Amino acid sequence: MTKHLDRTEIGLLVALPLLICIAFVLPKWIVNYVHVSMGTGLVALGVMIQMRAGLVSFGQGLYFCVGGYAAGMTGKFLGVTDFFVLLSAGIAAALCLSFVLGFLLRRYREIFYAMLSLAISMILFGLLSSTEELGSTDGFNLPTASYFGWSPTGETARLTLYTLTCFIAIGCAIALNRFLKSRVGYVNEAIRENELRVEYLGTSAHNAVHLTYVVAAVVSAIGGVLWALPLGHVDPEMTNWTTSGQFVFVSILSGTGNIAAPLIGTFLLEIIRVYAVELSPNTWQLILGSVMLFTIIFLPKGLWSLITSKQKSSKKIGASAPKPGE
Amino acid sequence: MLTAIAIAVDGLGFAAWLFLSSVGLTLIYGVMRILNIAHGGFYALGAYSSAWAIGLYTATGSPVAFSFLLIPLAALIAGGIAGLLVERGILKFMYGRDEVLMVLVTYAVFLILEDVTKLIWGTESYIAWQPAFHFGTVEIVGIPYTVYKFLIIGTALLVGLSLFLVLNKTRVGKLLLVVIEDREISSALGINVTLFFSVTFVVGAILGALGGAITAPEISVSPGIGAEIIVLSFAVIVIGGMGSIGGAMIGAVIVGFARAASVHLYPPAELFSIYLVMAAVLAVKPYGLFALAESRKI
Amino acid sequence: MTTLLETRHLEMKFGAVYAARDVNITINEGEILGVIGSNGAGKTTFVNMVTGYLSPTSGDIIYRGNKITGKATRDITRLGICRSFQIPQLFPELPVLENMLIALTIAKQEKPSLFRPAIDRALEDEAHELLSHFDIDQYADQLIQTLPQGVRKLVDIAMATVAKPDLLFLDEPTSGVSADEKMEFMRVLIAALKTTKTAVLFIEHDMEIVEEFSPRCVAFYEGTILADGPTDEVLQDDKVREFVIGSEFHRTPTDAAPKEGAQQC
Repeated sequence: MTKHLDRTEIGLLVALPLLICIAFVLPKWIVNYVHVSMGTGLVALGVMIQMRAGLVSFGQGLYFCVGGYAAGMTGKFLGVTDFFVLLSAGIAAALCLSFVLGFLLRRYREIFYAMLSLAISMILFGLLSSTEELGSTDGFNLPTASYFGWSPTGETARLTLYTLTCFIAIGCAIALNRFLKSRVGYVNEAIRENELRVEYLGTSAHNAVHLTYVVAAVVSAIGGVLWALPLGHVDPEMTNWTTSGQFVFVSILSGTGNIAAPLIGTFLLEIIRVYAVELSPNTWQLILGSVMLFTIIFLPKGLWSLITSKQKSSKKIGASAPKPGE
Repeated sequence: MLTAIAIAVDGLGFAAWLFLSSVGLTLIYGVMRILNIAHGGFYALGAYSSAWAIGLYTATGSPVAFSFLLIPLAALIAGGIAGLLVERGILKFMYGRDEVLMVLVTYAVFLILEDVTKLIWGTESYIAWQPAFHFGTVEIVGIPYTVYKFLIIGTALLVGLSLFLVLNKTRVGKLLLVVIEDREISSALGINVTLFFSVTFVVGAILGALGGAITAPEISVSPGIGAEIIVLSFAVIVIGGMGSIGGAMIGAVIVGFARAASVHLYPPAELFSIYLVMAAVLAVKPYGLFALAESRKI
Repeated sequence: MTTLLETRHLEMKFGAVYAARDVNITINEGEILGVIGSNGAGKTTFVNMVTGYLSPTSGDIIYRGNKITGKATRDITRLGICRSFQIPQLFPELPVLENMLIALTIAKQEKPSLFRPAIDRALEDEAHELLSHFDIDQYADQLIQTLPQGVRKLVDIAMATVAKPDLLFLDEPTSGVSADEKMEFMRVLIAALKTTKTAVLFIEHDMEIVEEFSPRCVAFYEGTILADGPTDEVLQDDKVREFVIGSEFHRTPTDAAPKEGAQQC
């Protein structure tokens, strides 16, 4: 029953070997950008799956940071360097935290959800910034990863980490694609449209939101670990709201139509940022803001809607028409 | 006992600052149902323009006493222009859209304003301490407080009182309350809702700028102050119930005293006191103490 | 006939106003029951209480011998009590078919999986079949927000029947349907519902429709039950004629528009 892959999943599977190949073909700096954007791209995916339920998380950086710090602290305090242990630490931390916080956030929708997730991420920001043991605002360094006792160095280490990251990122994307098509995925879409009816159909909107929140948290934490390991460093900026804002930005830009869009979008954003910051350092946010405004006004379903052939809705404005029960 | 008095004075000062910094946000939300993230941008614009103007003015060697007038003036000009541009140029086209979408729109505006501020004033810090110390200090229970702090408290009371009077005692204010109550019916009654929205947004922007302008002499104005204020002021208005002016006042007092108490009693908790209070209030009242009534759906 | 639902001394107070006061209604299995009453008489409040949207101030709701007072809406739906809405509660940005598919996915109580696709061919066929029961399969691919009110009403009702309820509440099914189509509309509806053993309670302003389709009628007035019995007797009742039917005649078309939830599309 799970044998049938849809077009997105096939595309992702085809992309996997290509993605790994470019590590040997393209210049190192581009590969590095691909590498870190897989990490941040997963966080954007986390934002995107919540957006399917109409929920905008303005604090997804929280779990990006929790993942990175959990992995880093496992390395720093326990002396563990094994990749899989560090990854598991990140996942476990996000799982626990999101499960607990989920009980608070599942009650909220719309702006409250957005702003409360923001407030929570800023609590962590403040906490980390003032914790001397964790390097305050400077953060601290992560160990070089080992794999079941094998500790590669130099180029081998870089390529091993890159290849593993590709596998995990694509794996997560396929899993999330499945998630969107699962029962919970459909319920989420229904919650966005009319929560009252969802309850009257006999299922708990709160539980669905809670579950989605946890899934998004775990994916973001995986992103955090995968991002922190190649850089070898974490700092509180990961949970600052400007970081979270960029994840939201990517999700808006790529829309909720396709799971691959946020991954590609993140990479493009990284590349554009490199040039924009070089050309004119003080206009980067200005560009981001303008592009975001443009997208919201003219392409409410995201840039992906330009590429996708089947346009379900003929009325674009509908996407942002006032919802019932407002 | 001494600590109690110190907490009271500090709490009041902090509350006044919080109220001034967040009242514009709650006003705009109450009338327009827009949670205006760009509020942080207006705050920063106000802070920069006031610090810059005071700097220019004191450099001429003129009497410091008059530099106080520059604070409301800077807020009025910076907030007025920016507010008008944002409302007429962008928001006007977006009315009636989803609340979350408006958060994203104003977030985009905030990003733009951040860079506009940097383009105008650069990235270095501005310090305009002169007004803050001009009137000297008074000692309460052995702790020196600047008179300026009490000026802020006075301004906060004045702003709160004027808003209350305008809303409840004038014809315009009553019409505005009708708009808040039911947008559709009020436009059916012939009230020019669009005009009310424009004016509200500009007033809200000016209030946001005033919050920044009045704080400028007490801090070093540098990039990033807008981002901090938006999170803080959201916490304040959500405690009182978003959209309620009185709620913002009570939220500011609660948060102000909570922070002052932690500063004096347990400093490490200073940062969390605000969010702890917020979490505690929301656990009991999910939409704040004086939340606007939700309409029944079926 | 076995009793399906019974309410005992149901009371609902909003501030000082009684929206329901000592409401005692018994509904039997498979029964069709019309409810009449002017706006604000407490008809929808009654439905809201039984389906768990509102928690009654006091009184009990017994369903199949078990107390369900104060239970969550979703749990009550799971027990087999469903409803339609005066103003259709749908997923407006999605096509009709997808609306039905979502309803079906939720109704199927298989173990929810995070990875198995929720929708397959069989489910789609089932959705189409349900839609054709209500004569609206031709709209399957259209977005709800593009459809006329009458079709939305039917989708709303079709969604309420997805879980194959034992008791179905229809809140003014014919509001928004033009006067000359009302009879036909109800005929399609009742025919679709008669295929199951569902008990139906419908709220209606048109006395002709009540006479035609329901053997039993309950009249509400200011939160209390004015009369309950065979339809012809209730409609002849003096008090009902004075307070309920009388007021119906004075209703202008705009009055008939729902007041509650008027802010909805």
